[in-house]
Amino acid sequence: MIAVYLETRDGKIKKSSFEALAEAGRRAAELGVGTAAVLVGGAVAELAPGAFAYGASKVYVLENELLADYSTQGYALALATLVAEIRPEALFFPATAMGRDLAPRVAARLGVGLASDCVKIAVKDGDLVFTRPIYAGKAVLAFTLKTRPRLATLRPNIFPLGEAKAAAAGGEVVRKDVGIPDGAIKGRVAEVIREESGEIDVTEADVVVSGGRGLKGPDAFALIRDLVAVFPRAAVGASRSAVDSGWIGHQHQVGQTGKTVSPDLYIAAGISGAIQHLAGISSSKFIVAVNKDPEAPIFKIADYGIVGDLFEVLPKLTDELKKALAD
Amino acid sequence: MNILAFVKRVPDTESRIRIPQGSATIAEDGLNFVVSPYDEYAVEEALRIREAKGGVIRVVSVGKDEAVTVLRKCLAMGADEALLVKDEAPETYDGLRTARIIARVVERRFAGTDLLLFGKQSVGADNGQVPAMVAELLGLPQATVVTKLEVEAGSATAFREIEGGTEKVLLSLPAVVTAQKGLNEPRYETLKGIMAAKKKEIPVVKLDELGFGTDDLAPAIAVTGLDVPAARQAGKILQGDPAETARELVRLLRDEAKVI
Repeated sequence: MIAVYLETRDGKIKKSSFEALAEAGRRAAELGVGTAAVLVGGAVAELAPGAFAYGASKVYVLENELLADYSTQGYALALATLVAEIRPEALFFPATAMGRDLAPRVAARLGVGLASDCVKIAVKDGDLVFTRPIYAGKAVLAFTLKTRPRLATLRPNIFPLGEAKAAAAGGEVVRKDVGIPDGAIKGRVAEVIREESGEIDVTEADVVVSGGRGLKGPDAFALIRDLVAVFPRAAVGASRSAVDSGWIGHQHQVGQTGKTVSPDLYIAAGISGAIQHLAGISSSKFIVAVNKDPEAPIFKIADYGIVGDLFEVLPKLTDELKKALAD
Repeated sequence: MNILAFVKRVPDTESRIRIPQGSATIAEDGLNFVVSPYDEYAVEEALRIREAKGGVIRVVSVGKDEAVTVLRKCLAMGADEALLVKDEAPETYDGLRTARIIARVVERRFAGTDLLLFGKQSVGADNGQVPAMVAELLGLPQATVVTKLEVEAGSATAFREIEGGTEKVLLSLPAVVTAQKGLNEPRYETLKGIMAAKKKEIPVVKLDELGFGTDDLAPAIAVTGLDVPAARQAGKILQGDPAETARELVRLLRDEAKVI
């Protein structure tokens, strides 16, 4: 089978985990094996129906009160113990902050290789071929894993979710006791501090609107935020120069020393398009650029471009999108 | 406080990547190599901890002889000692292999280390695997993608970036911590630092001296292809009245791209 670790936050399974589960289902069908989901936590069994809706036929529930708060060591121990018992063909994780923290730890515990941040998984000659960008997307690496099980993290917003099955979709829930020896957890999350704005992250958004040097200062990010507010799942991004100028926090930075994003729509306003920035947005489905300079490199890769003053164009674009989305 | 900082020599982020026909590694000629940017935050954090608490900073790089240049830069920034772990293998993109080498070095050469600092990922392989794997192999707790770190005797509090917020992680020491942009602003080397670094000897340890045989480090990854992605094509460019171009763009997004 292909097993998928489902990340839970605030008592919910995250969308990126369902994406990984849906992809596992497609590849498992090609390999002729089943799909299972794994839930880890203090009390998570009630979340199992969500996993059935996205294609798991079995859900493993690993509960222990010591796992109520996330700890890399505790979760890795639980997952590695399960994997040693059920011996899946592969174990997938979402390539989120938690998945990226946890998967390498599980891999090292099992003594196996890990395919990080995959954007494509294919079946060839009965094996899984993983594809991932390297050099922030300036090159693309394809490879197989020689060790078993194959561990991989899947980049959010890349793999199609598919349709959720009806609520009646059911499956088998298998509870496993997880023993956590005394002293096994030497680091744990004590607190999760949410950003007050409640904004979603650029890596998870369907639409990212980014501002760069052309904004001329922090105040013009208001124009970016107005545009972001038009879309249901959108986030504010920024170029490195906007971040390094102190106009906005580094968590918004998109590009090689920031985040790599894959939204349905990426809008770059006042960003000329340095190679590091272009690398970080190359897996976006559609790219729109607004820039005064018709020679800006961003126009060479944008699907649609407006040559114009962003201070004039952005408010008009916000108005037009509001009208279009209200239809 | 005994601190280890791990650094990798990588092409700078301005680099245009070229891949020779059929090669599993990039062409290195003409590239400018630097300390991987996130590793610089790790070294800077080590310096700040030493300034506040005292201690010794040792920097370690796994790589070819050329990696000495990045170690020397770290010495110039203010690190006390450096060690090159000589690994002649071409890039394997396999984090577990590197993690095994580092875990062995720590066990054999750096017993008594309180804190192991890494960049959150190398700029290049972009795996972000090695630090957590080292932590597991050594049985240490970890905090990855950290933007703020407070170190006390025997414990640390790390603030790590997650989607839409921050996790506060409590760690007992020794521990592994990986640096994210925002943790600090790395200092420039001083002329005095550069001169002092030039005089320092950088010892080299080979893999066989760490007890590895030729087959012990076979990569878990088998590369089947390495390519430069197909370039995106330039699309439609709109010029003219802001209201009209905005209206036309929205029409294209809806009717042609079907993205809204």
